[in-house]
Amino acid sequence: MNVALSIARKDLQIEWRTRMLLARVVPFALLVMVLFAVALDSEPLVLRAAAGLVWLAMLFSTMLVVQRAFDIETADAAIDTLLACAVHPARVFFGKALALFVQLFALVVVLVTAAIVLYGVTVSGSRVVLLVTVVISATSGLALVGTLYGAVVANMNGRDSLLPLLALPVLAPLLIGASRATEAAFGSQTIDMANGWAWVGLLGVYGIVFGAAGSAAFSPLTESDS
Amino acid sequence: MASDTTIHLSNVVVALGGFPALAGVTFGVGRGELVALRGANGTGKSTLLRLCAGLVPLTRGAAVVAGVDLLVNRVAVRPHVGLLGHRNGLYGDLTAKQNVQFVADLVGATASDVSSALERLGIDQRVASTSASLLSAGQRRRTALAALVVRRAQLWLLDEPHAGLDAAARRELDVILRDATASGATVLYTTHEIDQVAGTPRTITLDGGCVASDVASTIGSAR
Repeated sequence: MNVALSIARKDLQIEWRTRMLLARVVPFALLVMVLFAVALDSEPLVLRAAAGLVWLAMLFSTMLVVQRAFDIETADAAIDTLLACAVHPARVFFGKALALFVQLFALVVVLVTAAIVLYGVTVSGSRVVLLVTVVISATSGLALVGTLYGAVVANMNGRDSLLPLLALPVLAPLLIGASRATEAAFGSQTIDMANGWAWVGLLGVYGIVFGAAGSAAFSPLTESDS
Repeated sequence: MASDTTIHLSNVVVALGGFPALAGVTFGVGRGELVALRGANGTGKSTLLRLCAGLVPLTRGAAVVAGVDLLVNRVAVRPHVGLLGHRNGLYGDLTAKQNVQFVADLVGATASDVSSALERLGIDQRVASTSASLLSAGQRRRTALAALVVRRAQLWLLDEPHAGLDAAARRELDVILRDATASGATVLYTTHEIDQVAGTPRTITLDGGCVASDVASTIGSAR
């Protein structure tokens, strides 16, 4: 586990030194939210769509963060250093997923705050607990799937365009679940709290499935035959 | 195979994308030996190092490295091996020290191991605290070598380790390699440079993925 933490710390050190999240990803995500609001141009419609817009912006931003997370491994063949140090691939997977989770969690906090400020969404009482649970479970899913598919495309030509093509369809269930559960947390009339918690359950299962798949598949994905 | 043999290769074939990068290589390297690997570009030197590090699969033949049969489980050899590839394997956005510290964390080395490796490679405080991407080619190579030193591997595999180093750093690297072999480690490194080979006890030359010559020098030690 210490090795996974070392890998996560390394990725976060790199993020801290480059400020990529702050300088590029956060402005991009906020811009997406503002543009959606401008495009919808209707307060009731924006309120209704707020949860979906938050997670859509998260999805697009995740692609940027994941690409960056694997670019640093391939730029100077640093992934070979990890492999040659006999680090268990599952530890690399969970280490990188943990670093992604921390960055994406910071981002979703910004985006939910933006939804409250820009769209006039309100969250109160027991809905806060639901919102926090949704954010944690959906962000975990994003981090796990992002790490898995980041490894899939890491050694491919044209990986910048391949990553969203491959990962976004797989992330569709997460987008639906996170949006519906967040709608419930935002107090939407179209879904009640009980249904919101049911969607959280689905997000939990999704995370467990991709956590297991990622830890098992990471070794063949990172092992090169050349 | 003798128990003091670190590398034993017999008719080794490695095919990369269908191309035989190694086409029947046979040789052995004993524990504590310092061996230079020569050959023109594309003769299979780097592939041979990556094979010994367990990073590419063996297609045919027999290969036992540090007691591990690579045909059975090539990953198992990695804890015994330190590899410095053609590229340095550094994170450009981390400082030189953070890069070495990261490798130390992975292999369980201590902070004093990191300090002594940096000192050994002549990486002063100013360089240590500079991002690897801002360092010169030679400084990056030194940093990668420092990361290799903290691993204390049983088998050192180095791809053009002298490339980009100034004369003083080359001499220091030769001392490090000699010390490593004196303490029982085995060193196999590739080089293009004739004068470098002249000071190495044994030189293996590859041609077309095969061993063209295997010559022991009368000088008997690295410079």
